[in-house]
Amino acid sequence: MAHTQEDIVEGLAEIVNEIAGIPVEDVQLDKSFTDDLDVDSLSMVEVVVAAEERFDVKIPDEDVKELKTVGDAVSYILKHQA
Amino acid sequence: MSSTNHTVVVTGIGATTPLGGDSATTWEGLLAGRSGVKPLEGERFAELPVQIAAFAAVDPGEVLPRPLARKLDRSAQFALIAAREAWADAGFTAPAGEDAAIAPERLGSVIASGIGGVTTLLDQYDVLKEKGVRRVSPHTVPMLMPNGPSANVGLEVNARAGVHTPVSACASGAEAIGYAIEMIRSGRADVVVAGGTEAAIHPLPIAAFANMMAMSKNNDEPTKASRPYDTGRDGFVLGEGAGVVILESEAHAKARGAKIYCEAIGQGLSADSHHIAQPEPTGRGIASALQHLLDTTDLKPAEVVHLNAHATSTPQGDVAEIKALRKVLGDDLDHVAVSATKSMTGHLLGGAGGIETVATVLALHHRVAPPTINVGELDPEVDADIVRDEPRPLPEGTIAAVNNSFGFGGHNVVLAFRTV
Repeated sequence: MAHTQEDIVEGLAEIVNEIAGIPVEDVQLDKSFTDDLDVDSLSMVEVVVAAEERFDVKIPDEDVKELKTVGDAVSYILKHQA
Repeated sequence: MSSTNHTVVVTGIGATTPLGGDSATTWEGLLAGRSGVKPLEGERFAELPVQIAAFAAVDPGEVLPRPLARKLDRSAQFALIAAREAWADAGFTAPAGEDAAIAPERLGSVIASGIGGVTTLLDQYDVLKEKGVRRVSPHTVPMLMPNGPSANVGLEVNARAGVHTPVSACASGAEAIGYAIEMIRSGRADVVVAGGTEAAIHPLPIAAFANMMAMSKNNDEPTKASRPYDTGRDGFVLGEGAGVVILESEAHAKARGAKIYCEAIGQGLSADSHHIAQPEPTGRGIASALQHLLDTTDLKPAEVVHLNAHATSTPQGDVAEIKALRKVLGDDLDHVAVSATKSMTGHLLGGAGGIETVATVLALHHRVAPPTINVGELDPEVDADIVRDEPRPLPEGTIAAVNNSFGFGGHNVVLAFRTV
């Protein structure tokens, strides 16, 4: 079953909270992982792997650098989810 | 500001050990003669011939926020906790630069461990095998690299004069402190955060040490298993934790009005060139290190009233150390109160030099030598004044203490401290 945008934001918020300790309510579409959410390049890999499992999607390494904001990740997952 | 006064002093201490989550609780435990050794619990330890270890009294997961802790190997977690305590104890209120009392370019970090992020390495190998390549943490390399604790502490305090990690097995922590003293002496830094850390309570290191016949198998009496100098000693008990000191040039410490615990006189170093793991039985290399210390500093044997011995509770090593001391100090060993604090903390490997330096500094500061516990029957070959069971007051006046650490590979490090 495909995940809705709302599902994905909620899921990413939980993942970012687990990895970076950012409150879930602060994880919004316009937030930058690096600048706003304390997710550095190493932690971003963790976010991606967790998102892959949660949303049943593959995010190749070369695409990860395009995912600058939460909104970028949500759009990517919506488009590529199985 | 580079000082011309090359005297180095200790201005801060921090520790997290099997006896307590900070240096004060650890010191109370040492004076009380409390053992931190406990049975190993859990299925993963079930097959091991050794069923005891000295876990940290306070788990670092209770102290550090989870997002930080998950990016740090346990050894780096211990180091960070001890370093934060020491940094605050030295009177610093923020990282270098933010706290104007120390410039980042004049601050160093030298923290070492014996075997680095070994639990990270082994746990991530389990992840690789069980869950596949993709699940291996991207933090694995910074977590397992032996310089990780020093680098993370350096980041925390904004150290830019240099971040170093000398590795010499169980002498690593002491070698780090010696290196830090030299950084200040040579004018590279005014303040250095220095110490040792270790977190190796995992089935593989325990199996490996046990197969070397280096560990106590006194599984039925955990609190009595670590028994340096006792005739029934049968090896060391593995411990974990960290000890960190703030070393500072005396001129810099005085200029900022810092509390001074004692002087860090210097270090004596040598290598056994005897065997990769066995101690040289006559203590030749240890004697050479102590002689080097006496030859290159103004420490006088008459001042030395306390020794925090390496004494890991192994049959050969404990005796070789005492033989070396007797050889170099002669009758002056008679006025040295010898404490083997590993009888209580277990052996923290690379962390030992760190926590035992903290213990040595506190012994001078409070003028009391902590006891050695579990010496039921003193080995007749131990020709020295062992402080047994109860703490012992140390004399008034200017007094000095020595802290010994030796490591597999034949590394000998002797550190000396003196009241100011």
